[in-house]
Amino acid sequence: MSDDLSKPFSKSALTHEELLKINRERKIQIAAFACMIFLTLLAFIAVAMDMIAPGFTIPFILLLAVVQFALQLFYFMHLKDKDHEWPNAFMLTGIVVSTPALIALILLLGVTKY
Amino acid sequence: MATATATNTNKSVLWDWLTTVDHKKLSVLYLIAGALFFLKAGAMAIFMRIQLMSPENTFLSGQTFNEFVTMHGTIMLFLAVTPLIFAFMNFVIPLQIGARDVAFPFVNALGFWIFFFGGLLVSVSWFFGGAPDAGWTAYVPLSGGEYGDLGLDFYVLGLQVSGLGTLVSAINFIVTIINMRAPGMTMMRLPLFCWTSLITSILIVFAFTPLAAGLALLMLDRIFGGQFFNPGSGGNPVLWQHIFWIFGHPEVYILVLPAFGIISEVIPAFSKKRLFGYTAMVFATLIIAFLSFMVWVHHMFTVGIGPITNSVFAIATMAIGVPTGIKIFNWLFTMWGGKLIFNTAMLCASSFVPTFVLGGVTGVMLAMVPVDYLYHDTYFVVAHFHYIVVGGIALGLLAGTFYWYPKMFGHMLNEKLGQLMFWMFYVGFHMTFFIQHILGLIGMPRRVFTYLDGQGMGTMNLVSSIGAFMMGAAMVVLLINVVYSAYTSKRITVRDPWDARTLEWATTTPVPEYNFAQTPQVRSLDPWFYEKVHGDGTMKPAEPMDEIHMPNGSILPFCIGLGLFVWGFGMIMMQMENPLIPEWIVIGAGVIVTFGSMMLHSIHEDHGYHIPLDKIKKTEKEVS
Ligand code: HEM
Ligand SMILES: [Cu+2]
Repeated sequence: MSDDLSKPFSKSALTHEELLKINRERKIQIAAFACMIFLTLLAFIAVAMDMIAPGFTIPFILLLAVVQFALQLFYFMHLKDKDHEWPNAFMLTGIVVSTPALIALILLLGVTKY
Repeated sequence: MATATATNTNKSVLWDWLTTVDHKKLSVLYLIAGALFFLKAGAMAIFMRIQLMSPENTFLSGQTFNEFVTMHGTIMLFLAVTPLIFAFMNFVIPLQIGARDVAFPFVNALGFWIFFFGGLLVSVSWFFGGAPDAGWTAYVPLSGGEYGDLGLDFYVLGLQVSGLGTLVSAINFIVTIINMRAPGMTMMRLPLFCWTSLITSILIVFAFTPLAAGLALLMLDRIFGGQFFNPGSGGNPVLWQHIFWIFGHPEVYILVLPAFGIISEVIPAFSKKRLFGYTAMVFATLIIAFLSFMVWVHHMFTVGIGPITNSVFAIATMAIGVPTGIKIFNWLFTMWGGKLIFNTAMLCASSFVPTFVLGGVTGVMLAMVPVDYLYHDTYFVVAHFHYIVVGGIALGLLAGTFYWYPKMFGHMLNEKLGQLMFWMFYVGFHMTFFIQHILGLIGMPRRVFTYLDGQGMGTMNLVSSIGAFMMGAAMVVLLINVVYSAYTSKRITVRDPWDARTLEWATTTPVPEYNFAQTPQVRSLDPWFYEKVHGDGTMKPAEPMDEIHMPNGSILPFCIGLGLFVWGFGMIMMQMENPLIPEWIVIGAGVIVTFGSMMLHSIHEDHGYHIPLDKIKKTEKEVS
């Protein structure tokens, strides 16, 4: 336990290398964020443009969604980092548990309303 | 408690308990709150059984009966069994993994108080025009704005608040078990109770979130004019059933897994053998947890979803029987050839096994779709889940109570009274619920407040009611036992009165507030047993004796819980005919107290305190 708890964390407990690493991480995060905004823009354009046929739009935005989801997980939720086995396990569990539930719900609610 | 006097020199006892963040005291708070809710819901059950004792009885009106049915189920599941398992999880997990406390002591207290105030919110519905009356499942449209009265608003908001508390506590337990294990305590050396608690906490995180979402939708429908469940406006009432059971089926495993864990601790301890098939037990638990998310439609077979869907879910449901069977056999093989000691804890634990099997068998019977059209919504279902809930969970909790009581309170419960309680409970239980299978098969529907004479149901209902009174009497014996033992039982000074196996028995009795003066080094599964047999009978320390850093108590968790209570109550006032004060004031007050307390916690620096070395040495000398 560090003795100077009142100092900011970066001063009390981080080495120079760790600080550098955090800065690099920050750049990656911003890049990933910009990338996602771009993808979102694409999705908006695809939906808004009358020129683009719905037959193309729907698979296209679904694909974008999958890419975004992966980006989110890998970059924002740190799935790519080392020593993240536990969080990874939890996130994967979440996906494994919720995907069938969602698919089932979409299919089932389409069949029976009440 | 000795630990209480050691820390506070100038604060009152009440203040100490309101502000405590110590996992052992929170465990006692959970135990008391859970027991009170349990008694309340139990009393309702007795009233219902009096009403059903004879045909066309008029002891309760239909409306009151509906309110009792609903509150009994809701309280038992959310406000009695959940806190009772949390009581044991709180007390036992840090001790079993060799930690000084849970990962976030403040959050631990927060979880308790939010749960408590949520429970209070559901309970005060009695004073404002009646309790919820749509069943614990609150199916729409019965629970929607058109038919459901104010009681349903209490249900929705009270459960929302108490569910929040349950969620925070679960997250805390996950982090604790993953991060706070003593050196050498690998995942595959984790006692089974910790494993099942971990899985339960994970299930809570994944199951209580859909519940929160569903309750939020229902709240929007009821209070803010939403149309999610209103078919007239394009909504879909079946959606509620799906959401509820996506939560609901995991919920039943949330409750039963810790009971499995308790049984897996008690049976080896009183068979004087290690748990048979530890690894298989762990993986069976994991598989059960996974499957429990894949079977929710078995509660909706009769909705008319279609034969293919029904078959898929029926098979998935039956598949759960396999890992459950593995567990049953492992418990049997643990007892096989062991030196069995049948005290109260072991009686409860070992009789858990056959009753649970009966509940499992009827479960698989219910999973067969064609016959479920017969069973559904009859007393057969009631018998099924009570075999699991009472014969399984309640017996597990009783076993845990008798097993850990000496560690928690420093004295044992009286054995004679304990065994009397067990036999009354066990006989009463089978009398009450076995006959309900038959009642269901001859066609008695569940959740009805009376039945006609000449339907051939009178005698069986009478037997069932007499059994229920016996169970009630057994609970009275338990209460007498608690009081009686507190005055007459010998204080325990040894560490390990049962000659048990896991790490919690390596602590001194009473457990000092820091649990372990030195974090122990774990060298094997059942580390305490290992040191008794292969070592010198004491845990090897993993660190030198040093000052111990402890968190300060705080009243803020209490305030946040209170704030949420007031906030929720304000929301309910929006539905009242003539609230005495404008609801916006109440809502505002609640929001301010809640977020103000959070703010305070964020900006107020509190680094806890250190227990100096000489004080630790003094305490250690006193207790050993
Ligand atoms: C082998 C394991 C199990 C199987 C195959 C099983 C199967 C079922 C089925 C098919 C139903 C629906 C019956 C109907 O409404 O027609 C049901 C209801 C129920 N089960 Fe189980 N079950 C199992 C274990 C459990 C456990 C472990 C618990 C509790 C800890 C439990 C608690 C309940 C409850 C509370 C209900 C009634 C819900 C309601 O409608 O209010 N079951 N079970
Ligand atoms: Cu189920």
